[in-house]
Amino acid sequence: MPQHRIGAQTICFENRPRILATASVAGPKEGRGPIGNQFDLVIGDALFNQESYEQAEHAIFLEACKRCLQKAHIENRQVQAMLGGDLLNQIMAASLSARELSIPFLGLYGACSTMAESLTLGAILTDGGYASPVLCAAGSHFCTAERQYRFPLEYGNQRTPAAQWTVTGCGACLLGQGDEGMARITMATIGRVVDMGISDANNMGAAMAPAAADTLTAHFRDTHRTPMDYDRIITGDLGQVGSSILRELMKENNYGIPDDHYMDCGLTIFDPKEDVHAGGSGCGCSATVLSAHILPKLQSGEWKRVLFMATGALLSPTTNQQGETIPGVAHAVILEGGN
Amino acid sequence: MIMYLKVFLVGGLLCAIGEALILKTKLTPARILVAYITAGVLISATGLYTPLVRFAGAGATVPLTGFGHALAQGAIQGVQETGLIGAFTGGLTATAGGIAAAIFFGFLAAVCFRAKPKDY
Amino acid sequence: MENNKQSSARAAKENYAALVKRLTPKSKLAQGCLRAFWVGGAICMLGQAIADAGAVWLDLNSAAAQTLASMTLVFLTALLTGLGIFDRIAKYGGAGTVVPITGFANAMVSPAMEFKPEGWVLGTGAKLFTIAGPVLVYGISASVVVGILYYFIRW
Repeated sequence: MPQHRIGAQTICFENRPRILATASVAGPKEGRGPIGNQFDLVIGDALFNQESYEQAEHAIFLEACKRCLQKAHIENRQVQAMLGGDLLNQIMAASLSARELSIPFLGLYGACSTMAESLTLGAILTDGGYASPVLCAAGSHFCTAERQYRFPLEYGNQRTPAAQWTVTGCGACLLGQGDEGMARITMATIGRVVDMGISDANNMGAAMAPAAADTLTAHFRDTHRTPMDYDRIITGDLGQVGSSILRELMKENNYGIPDDHYMDCGLTIFDPKEDVHAGGSGCGCSATVLSAHILPKLQSGEWKRVLFMATGALLSPTTNQQGETIPGVAHAVILEGGN
Repeated sequence: MIMYLKVFLVGGLLCAIGEALILKTKLTPARILVAYITAGVLISATGLYTPLVRFAGAGATVPLTGFGHALAQGAIQGVQETGLIGAFTGGLTATAGGIAAAIFFGFLAAVCFRAKPKDY
Repeated sequence: MENNKQSSARAAKENYAALVKRLTPKSKLAQGCLRAFWVGGAICMLGQAIADAGAVWLDLNSAAAQTLASMTLVFLTALLTGLGIFDRIAKYGGAGTVVPITGFANAMVSPAMEFKPEGWVLGTGAKLFTIAGPVLVYGISASVVVGILYYFIRW
């Protein structure tokens, strides 16, 4: 077995790469939410002074990356790799940002699991001594995702109670080997693609929950840990429905997660009074909450160790219309505070 | 006045059935539109829709089943007037106003307005 | 052995579907239907009023008055869609706005606006029909079939 592996799916980082800096940019609705004052920038309107929502998504992505580098006092030419993705076709928000930043770029697509995917790969590059610092980012935009996966914005349709609201925003993290940082990445568990036959594109939580349970169970089995070893088990965007399913599944697997050890980014980012039904979703959901809420808590010492698991529904409107079900994937990253 | 009550009840009922279909089956709104217009054409062809229009006026013509009814009656009338060619020209002739209006005003709206996110 | 594996996978999926069904909140059927009923009914009454007004003031025959009603409702839908109001009404009224001709009009206007950034020809022009196109395809095809049958059978 390769020397840094424990168990079937988990990697243990020898040098425990640091998250040197982070930045987040979020939309107006997110700005009105419970963690609204923790974002680095809340944009005034969803267009962000651009001509189209796709351009706005790109501008948000770029702004988050630039602010992250600024906070780390690092020039973009010093960054040795950029890993990121979004929900647009051909991950254009990330690709266009990489064009502007001119950092060596590896584009990622993991739907809403992208942030954990980029952190995992970034930590591998850093830990192995292949690149440092590495910029990891993920973003999404409500208006582009609606058009891509659902209907035009002005189309009059009713959302079902299980439907989720794509987060407008982007979170970026700079990983590296420096002496101090906000938190360290100690382990990562790479998830398998799991599909339990959900085909309802309006119930993404249900499509992702089995993958989340699969990765989480694999992590505990590989590491011989339990949920109690973490201050929080944090899922990306399972929402109301997916969260309750995940916790039910984990109970069946004998790894029940107590209330005060569980958090879902999709249930954290929006004011429950906003009409977002089952909660937030999208790459930007877990990325912005990680950046604005989770990392500061690790840095301050309020939390010592958390499991951050971004969950992705690998939905394609094309294959979905052809009758294919929606596969899910989830990757877990272990973040520890302190130096 | 009693006419307006009939319009309200019949039109409302057709919509309520549509809502029940959306909520209880896998029919999306787009499929409801297709189902209603096709059902309208077929029911009209059997001659059952004309009495409903006489009874409820716009309550029967404004829902998309009424659009289907207009298509079917147009095709039948077209055949009566010009033979087989009428089967092709009749339906669109009868509904040309609504279709042209939707295309033209749709285009005009795109010229004048920009799509906005729902409640930002 | 392979069969066993397949059937246990199917059983797991069925169990999971039951779990999802239990934990997914339901849409409110009675409330939805009631709202659709009164919103849809009101739109039809508006249509009747326009048709009646056309018959009285513009001296239109009943077919022309009906066309006037359709066109006016389509115009109002386009205007309200453009102003960003229609989707709010639709959110409340559901099928009450979808089933009347307003739903057809909204299905044409909303993509026309949405895809404007992709240009007038391949954006607005082409995408105008993305949602409403099937309505025309099936509606017109069905009417042609009815017309042909009528030509041969004359019931």
